[in-house]
Amino acid sequence: MTPRSVVGVMPARLMDPTAAPDWRLVRLGRGIMETLIQQLINGLVIGSVYALIALGYTMVYGILGLINFAHGDVLMVGALVALQTMTFLMGMAPGMSPLVMLSIALLVAIVVCMLLGFTMERLAYRRLRNAPRLAPLITAIGVSFLLQTIAMIIWGRNYHTYPQLISTTPLQPIEGVFITPVQITIIFGSAALMIGLLLLVNRTKIGRAMRATAENHRVASLMGVDTNAVIAFTFVIGAGLAAVAGVMFASNYGIAHYGMGFMPGLKAFTAAVLGGIGNLGGAMLGGLVLGVVESFGAGYIENLTFGFLNSSYQDIFAFLILGLVLIFRPTGLLGERVSDRA
Amino acid sequence: MITLLEARNIGKRFGGLQALSDVSLTIRKGEVYGLIGPNGAGKTTFFNVLTGAYTPDGGEFVFNGSELPTGKPHKVVGRGIARTFQNIRLFRELTALENVMAGHHIRTKAGVWGVLTQNRFTREEERLTTERAYELLKYVGIERFAEVVSKNLSYGDQRRLEIARALATEPQLLALDEPAAGMNATETAQLKALIEQIRRDGITVMLIEHDVKLVMGLCDRVAVLDFGKKIAEDVPAVVQKNEAVIAAYLGGGKHAH
Repeated sequence: MTPRSVVGVMPARLMDPTAAPDWRLVRLGRGIMETLIQQLINGLVIGSVYALIALGYTMVYGILGLINFAHGDVLMVGALVALQTMTFLMGMAPGMSPLVMLSIALLVAIVVCMLLGFTMERLAYRRLRNAPRLAPLITAIGVSFLLQTIAMIIWGRNYHTYPQLISTTPLQPIEGVFITPVQITIIFGSAALMIGLLLLVNRTKIGRAMRATAENHRVASLMGVDTNAVIAFTFVIGAGLAAVAGVMFASNYGIAHYGMGFMPGLKAFTAAVLGGIGNLGGAMLGGLVLGVVESFGAGYIENLTFGFLNSSYQDIFAFLILGLVLIFRPTGLLGERVSDRA
Repeated sequence: MITLLEARNIGKRFGGLQALSDVSLTIRKGEVYGLIGPNGAGKTTFFNVLTGAYTPDGGEFVFNGSELPTGKPHKVVGRGIARTFQNIRLFRELTALENVMAGHHIRTKAGVWGVLTQNRFTREEERLTTERAYELLKYVGIERFAEVVSKNLSYGDQRRLEIARALATEPQLLALDEPAAGMNATETAQLKALIEQIRRDGITVMLIEHDVKLVMGLCDRVAVLDFGKKIAEDVPAVVQKNEAVIAAYLGGGKHAH
């Protein structure tokens, strides 16, 4: 089966790749407790993906003070490159086991995105390192448009159905609570990546060089750290995480599209700010909290507003949080260093 | 005596300010070399140009017989020049030990692959780096603060930590920018002993300092900068009596302040 493009009329939920899974499943005659647990699971799944993306934002911010708004589009490139690889493999070796196929696709996506991250830094951001802050920010938005346009040229403007190589048949660990193997994979996969990243940053010499560079480039280089290499490495790692997040995101919703990176990118940025931008633990916490809040919000908004709003308004919550955090705790949940960054 | 560093006609201009003009000096292996002068004379600028933080407008540095790269600080460190800062610039959020280990970065070989796979070579190297960092903390006398986040150290200990971090790069030339600034008499005496120990261990020291007593007691030779020009270079006793130097410090002559 090749992923076919779906053109034309689509249900509103499918048109928006960031929309929640089918909440009707959730609300159909179940107890309060089951609904609660179900929302929590859904929230953790999407929250894990947000967290992975947020890490890319926060690492780059920590080290350069730059908000790389093109980061969400790296996720899109990752998802579409993996899709392309899977399509190719299905044509070349139809008998290949789905897991092997997914692993290869994931690997290709990671490598391509890492190269993309490296190129982005080298071509667009490095020369602006000493420019006023607004210049790299606007450049990042430009890079975002560029990536979307290139993706549109390559993959077209259509929505692509995403091959579900890991089963999406829901399991029922508790009566009335559903979780799919894809979701389980997402939660554990991202947890493993986050632990790996924490170890890398806190326990290795590269991590030490990253932390030193984040605190002060000039001094780090005067102490013998090749800061250009460290900064490039940071972009590369962030892009690799985004590639994985992209494949997870597209697998979870079963759809991919050249503009799919925008919304999760913004949400992950919100998550990074919520946790305290520049802080790795904060990005993880922020992602999970945001995912859960969004999921609960989407689940209960209809009851709370007496049916006036429904779950397609779930995006409200992310940005409501962003607003509240910026007003009441601009340093985020775990952040303290933003204000004293030079 | 063998020449370690030769600065040839170094010039650096910031807009209309000629911070350094035609500064030439020679540092011999194993000596403590003082660089003094009134505020704004260009001492720190000289350090910045030497260590690659600034690119000079003219001139060159010859270190150990070959020219130093300009504008590439980490390469200069790799060649064996390390520095400390007038205003302390530690990695404030890192522990004392991590600061020193970060200084050792350039002497380690493990690459990205090694770090990601944590192979035996990388682990062994990391173990040696940790060990070496402890030794250096001990060397400057603050090993009991190894696990303390550096911003929480006392001022004097932060200065020592900066020296330990610089030593971790395994320099042949250690450039200290006002190491005694803000220190009390006891701390200054300890610092003097430390610098003497560093010299005994075969590391050449270049020193910017305002504490004249320290400079005169410690340095083998001294150069004096004034308005970006070298106005004297000799042993301390001779420099002290130099007319131009006295004029520069006390005012008068053609450099009336």
